Amino acid sequence: MTVDLLGPLAYASFFLVMALLNGLVCLGLNVQWGQTGLFNVGVAGFVAIGAYVSALLTTPENDGHLGGFSFPIIVGWMGAAIAAGGVSVAVGALTLRLRADYLAITTFGVAVVVQLIALNAQQLTGGAFGIAFIPRPFERLAASPVLYNLVNLALVAVVVSAIFVALERLARSPWGRVLRALREDERAAMAVGKSPARFRLQAFALGGALMGLAGAMEAHFIGFIAPENYLSTLTFQVWAMLIVGGSGNNLGALLGAAVVWAMWTISGLLISDIVPPAHEARAAALRLAAIGVLLAAMIVVRPRGLIGERALVSRHIADADASS
Amino acid sequence: MSPQVIIEGLLNGALIGLGAVGVTLTYSILGFANFAHGEFITFGAYAALAIAAVVSALVVGFGDGLGPLSIGPALILAALFAMALTAGLALALDRLLFTRLRGKSEAISMVMASFGASMAIRALIEFVFTSRPAYFSRDLQIARPLGFGLKATPNQLALLLVAGVLVVCVHLLLSRTQIGRAMRAVSENPPLARASGVDVEATIRFVWALGGALACASGVMLGLLVQIRPFMGFDLLLPLFAAAILGGIGSVPGAFAGAMVIGIGEALAVQLAGAEWRAAVAFVALIAVLLIRPGGIAGRKP
Repeated sequence: MTVDLLGPLAYASFFLVMALLNGLVCLGLNVQWGQTGLFNVGVAGFVAIGAYVSALLTTPENDGHLGGFSFPIIVGWMGAAIAAGGVSVAVGALTLRLRADYLAITTFGVAVVVQLIALNAQQLTGGAFGIAFIPRPFERLAASPVLYNLVNLALVAVVVSAIFVALERLARSPWGRVLRALREDERAAMAVGKSPARFRLQAFALGGALMGLAGAMEAHFIGFIAPENYLSTLTFQVWAMLIVGGSGNNLGALLGAAVVWAMWTISGLLISDIVPPAHEARAAALRLAAIGVLLAAMIVVRPRGLIGERALVSRHIADADASS
Repeated sequence: MSPQVIIEGLLNGALIGLGAVGVTLTYSILGFANFAHGEFITFGAYAALAIAAVVSALVVGFGDGLGPLSIGPALILAALFAMALTAGLALALDRLLFTRLRGKSEAISMVMASFGASMAIRALIEFVFTSRPAYFSRDLQIARPLGFGLKATPNQLALLLVAGVLVVCVHLLLSRTQIGRAMRAVSENPPLARASGVDVEATIRFVWALGGALACASGVMLGLLVQIRPFMGFDLLLPLFAAAILGGIGSVPGAFAGAMVIGIGEALAVQLAGAEWRAAVAFVALIAVLLIRPGGIAGRKP
């Protein structure tokens, strides 16, 4: 293999890792919105909670900020999922019994406050400079970007696939059925004795935990985090991914993540290649406008997305239908 | 703690209130939280900035301030035009986006659509005007003593007065006129309102136009007091929602009272904890009201 091929391979695996991690955030949002109808406008905040918690748990001791417990990366991942899930439980407990928009407004507030803390609580988060030297899985291989990216791609692919399979099983389980029943017809579901608040809270917490985990995995892959990674743009991107892919469909969530992330990356490369540096900021603004228009247009024109939701029935019902 | 907090808080509350009135009206009458409302504020400020620049270039002397104010005829004219333009933007957005979703799908997909629109509008504004902060006037205004240890610039006093007049007008409009009665009817029960001869679509258009015009006023005020930048409205969104919920969705006096609570709270936070923590006040207020009284001060059960 010549050196010329290694560069693109390293880049392709880097791209795929990022697409898969975005896909994981998207899967979390799909549990919340796609399957349960809970509108989270603070996705970036939950991802940031995961990233920062994991960074604080795993970084070596440091004078710049608190934390630095040097825990293994896996502890960081779990801590991230638990922290983001815990915040989701708190937000959900507060707002899920109220009108649907209150959840949206409160999650928006969570993202604002997380951004504020990341930026200003220097003792905790390193402020605007963020946290560097976050331990990376397979750090020893970092000398060779190709190897490092490929091994990490394998790791991320295994984790995301496992979660995907688990979510697919969950969607077909009685639990998943209750979620969809609540989304479609709350009264009918209540009439058969299902508690809307409890199931919604569980779904919201699960989705939040997945977002936190994705944030942590990205932080450990890159090795550096800063508040500017978790602006509202991230929330917009994840929403665009889910809507484009087809909300309610786990495969759609992953597909949407790959498609939108590819569009985002390619347009970024084009901008830095074609547009003169003086106008780059403007071109970047136009790119954001395009995502906003795409999101709004998809909702109006094709709310099902590329794939859309399939009717899911339990296996034994399908079997019974076939045998009758 | 200096008593100056009162002046800062009232000004801040007034500009949040002008935006929150629009949020609470669209929320109660159209039934969804409009995340693009912050961009109406930004659009209004930039529109006024652009028109004022044109007018003061065309007419000699219009750009100069009136008396002790740095606000001149050019800006007053521009603000009025910009209010009409922002009302037009709100109507256009309704036509392009929300009308197509209304009735057809759940309210939450309108929230999402507004979320996409918010990003598109803000990015387009940034495309045209860049992210560099802009100012209506570079004049430095000297704060004058008002007694009781309070100080204010002439601009600040004029803006407080204008905001107060606007809110009283909106309140009278809602409580004393036919269109106000129609708005309340549509908010309570659209089918019944239609059956009673209320033109529901026209009422909805009026609400958008009113919300847009008031958001523009808020934007011009914010631009005069601080600066004009693409994120100015988006950053104000959480205080707007918090004020609307605090006051009880649908209540104009409630939204204004809620805005005052948050405005003064922010001014206090700036003094006690530092300016960087200001944005947390709206969140704390929101959580507190959801915990204690989710219907808001003047509202009904949500």
